Amino acid sequence: MDGLRVRTDAGRKMENKSIFFEKYNITNRDLEAYLSEALSRGGDYADLFFEYRVNYMIALEEQIIKTATKGVNMGVGIRVISGEKTGYAYSDDLNRENILKAARTAAFIANNSAQGGKIGLDPSVSQEQRLYSIRDFATDIEIAQKISLLFEADRTARAHDPRIKHVQASYADETKHVLLAASDGRSVWDVQPLVRLNVSCIAEENGQRQPGYSGGGGRRSLDVFQGDLDPRTIAARSAAQAILQLGAVDAPAGPMEVVLGPGWPGILLHEAIGHGLEADFNRKKTSAFAGLVGQKVASELCTVVDDGTLPFRRGSLNMDDEGNPTHKTVLIEKGVLQGYLQDRLSSGLMKAPLTGNGRRQSYTHIPMPRMTNTFMMAGESVPADIIKTVKKGLYAANFGGGQVDITSGKFVFSTSEAYLIEDGEITSAVKGATLIGDGPTVLRRVTMVGNDLQLDQGVGICGKEGQMVPVGVGLPTIKIQEITVGGTEK
Amino acid sequence: MNELKHRAEEVVRLAKSGGASAADVMIREQDTFSVTVRMGEVETLKEAISRSLLLRVFVGKRTATSNTSDLSESTITSLVSETIGMAKLTSEDQSGGLPDPLLFENNFPNLDLVDEGWEAITPEQRIDFAKRAEATALSADKSIVNSDGGSFDYARSKTVLANTLGFMGAYEGTASSLSVSPIAQAADGMQRDFWFAVARHRSDLPSPEDIGRKAAQRTMRRLGARKVATCEVPIIFDPYTARSFMGDVFSAVAGDAIYRRSSYLVDQLGQTVASPAVTIVDDARLLRGLGSSPFDDEGISTHATSIIENGVLRNYLHSTYSARKLNAKPTGNGQRFSSGSVVIGPTNFCLKPGQVSPEDIIASTKTGLYVIELIGSGVNHVSGDYSRGAVGIWIENGKLAYPVHEITIAGNLREMLKDVETIGNDLTFFGSIAAPTVKIRKMVVSGE
Repeated sequence: MDGLRVRTDAGRKMENKSIFFEKYNITNRDLEAYLSEALSRGGDYADLFFEYRVNYMIALEEQIIKTATKGVNMGVGIRVISGEKTGYAYSDDLNRENILKAARTAAFIANNSAQGGKIGLDPSVSQEQRLYSIRDFATDIEIAQKISLLFEADRTARAHDPRIKHVQASYADETKHVLLAASDGRSVWDVQPLVRLNVSCIAEENGQRQPGYSGGGGRRSLDVFQGDLDPRTIAARSAAQAILQLGAVDAPAGPMEVVLGPGWPGILLHEAIGHGLEADFNRKKTSAFAGLVGQKVASELCTVVDDGTLPFRRGSLNMDDEGNPTHKTVLIEKGVLQGYLQDRLSSGLMKAPLTGNGRRQSYTHIPMPRMTNTFMMAGESVPADIIKTVKKGLYAANFGGGQVDITSGKFVFSTSEAYLIEDGEITSAVKGATLIGDGPTVLRRVTMVGNDLQLDQGVGICGKEGQMVPVGVGLPTIKIQEITVGGTEK
Repeated sequence: MNELKHRAEEVVRLAKSGGASAADVMIREQDTFSVTVRMGEVETLKEAISRSLLLRVFVGKRTATSNTSDLSESTITSLVSETIGMAKLTSEDQSGGLPDPLLFENNFPNLDLVDEGWEAITPEQRIDFAKRAEATALSADKSIVNSDGGSFDYARSKTVLANTLGFMGAYEGTASSLSVSPIAQAADGMQRDFWFAVARHRSDLPSPEDIGRKAAQRTMRRLGARKVATCEVPIIFDPYTARSFMGDVFSAVAGDAIYRRSSYLVDQLGQTVASPAVTIVDDARLLRGLGSSPFDDEGISTHATSIIENGVLRNYLHSTYSARKLNAKPTGNGQRFSSGSVVIGPTNFCLKPGQVSPEDIIASTKTGLYVIELIGSGVNHVSGDYSRGAVGIWIENGKLAYPVHEITIAGNLREMLKDVETIGNDLTFFGSIAAPTVKIRKMVVSGE
């Protein structure tokens, strides 16, 4: 592993390395004072989440760089928990008076006269740097280098086919410094890089127009854009998808056998079971999965994990946004439901161990259980053999977005690249269609699992209650015995 | 407000002296209150004042933008010079630049966007709105056994815009929303639905009890939902789902989608694109409108724009940039992303109501689907191909018969617009896009 490693017992040496101590002169004493203020009306727990985020975006269109954008956003979110209640406030600057005022606002939720007592923080430590290098941040690299990635993508997409009439390419990066100090004595910080490149194309022929899209990235620097994520590779995939759609026939309508390709089609897991296994919904018994731990919810071929500890992955984090280390959590083992994705509040109330899934969009948001990288472990079937077993069905190689109603369990995900399977052969490409199924039953219908597990290319954004966080998904080729395909061809 | 104006002017001056040939700056300040309650108890309570500064600079025909929550002098000073530096690295774009100053106004109309009455409502009362809405829903029926909670949100926002052409404008707005999401249980599983309302003025917000009752009704009617066989039938969108259909129309008439040729309505100005029943207007000057503002995010004075008139496509919506690309006039629809760059957004984008009540529309349908929720993102805005997950009530012999779920509806937006058969008289606002009930002649329902 080439991440910079820091042992936790070396914490004292690292103490003054976080930007909040170094640039903003915050001391442990300040943090203790803010936490004391937050617990001034009682409450079981309080934490401070400091964030300093720098980001760049560059957009190419019509073969020119149309704009470049920089963002500098910072602040501190203060949370007080009292029983099942959460009080929250934030400040957009690190001015002492404003932070104390926010702490008093958050404290309003608790109404015990009992004092929380004096807060004693351990010296701040850097969360062990397991997963991403902090030596070389994309946000420090000169813009000209980023611009050349976009031109490279644009040239490739255009050269792919004369029917490609419009290319948009965008580059985005960020470096997020976070520091979490809590009334339980923890004080930990991390620096989180993230980069992404997107290419979208419009193909046009005989008055018909179709889009194509591809992208990639991860928690590293510009060195991520090579091999499978080379800008030229991403651009060619995007262009090929648009061209393919020009010749697509109407998608079928009705229930049928469906084979999902490896990688991003793992969005199935994210929608069908991932959200339904987030602990808040299960603590409140609003999820279709509530009370099903220990029960069979999938075929024996299915083992599904959420793993926030994969190096350089978009959904990975050294620590979650509550300062707890991320984990590899087995959600389903050989078909049997094992447990939920926890944040601090739900794990405390459900008396279940933390899983490091407490995440938030920014310091202005309250953390909640969220996924990291969610995928199914590889099985034993050879992908080509899986296709051969299908007489009439759909092969879905790529998807746009998805959504789930966690209470009824119904979920959807929409294809962006799919083909008919006829007599064991992949034949015509079909227009985009939404697939709809039922979370607690769809995985019971998985009848084959391929040996080709792939993770997605690093572009996933998950929304929950208005908060967006980066995530990853993954899947081997799988066959689902029956799912409803929402085309127009009856 | 004066302090914000002063800051904005300062930043404009700084940009000019730093080498920008033109610049505009927008500052937003939001004072927000948000409470969620669940099973009668407060679950979260959040309050904050937040600020953001959005800067756009031009160096000749090149441009860059920036944004920050940190309004300290040192951050702004370095951000201004860095933004100018970035602009120099972008490409020359002949369509770039600030709007024509003739499109600015000095006197802004009062659009009644602020209700000062909110200031007198205490936090306890605000919490109580959410509690009452939830309590009404929970007590509506014994099948309602759980809740995803109730919430009340209130925000007062200030917006200031200044540019190097001398434009200076400011406005304020208040907005509130109240929602509740009950859960009902039957032998075959749980169902969740919700209801909510949004309003700038307290007097326009329905009572918590009204919202709670409606949410309970909507949830109970989903119990026992089943699938239906794949078929082609008339589709009726209720005002909530019709709004999402109008959102798909908006995406197709936004000027940036037109110059990119990524819209199924490209090259069709003056042509019949919808049934004669369809008239759509984008009107930024609707009094108390949720999408209203006296000027857009580039300072252009707003007005109403006819989009589709009796089925004929009249105008696309433009920012300064998309208008220059297409030799059209800006329509005052420039809106700023949180990144600082200008995109095209709806103001109050409304489908004009018809004469028929929603009950009569249902009664006129022998067999069909009344759609109450759409999920997923299966809309291809380039080709118009449409395929989305749906929840609805099946119509048999002109009556709502039973709930259906785990189905999709599919078609193409081009045909859906032409197939609009009837429009209801029940225009409902949930935001800046609004529609009444809409009946579409036929779409494919995919189920069993």
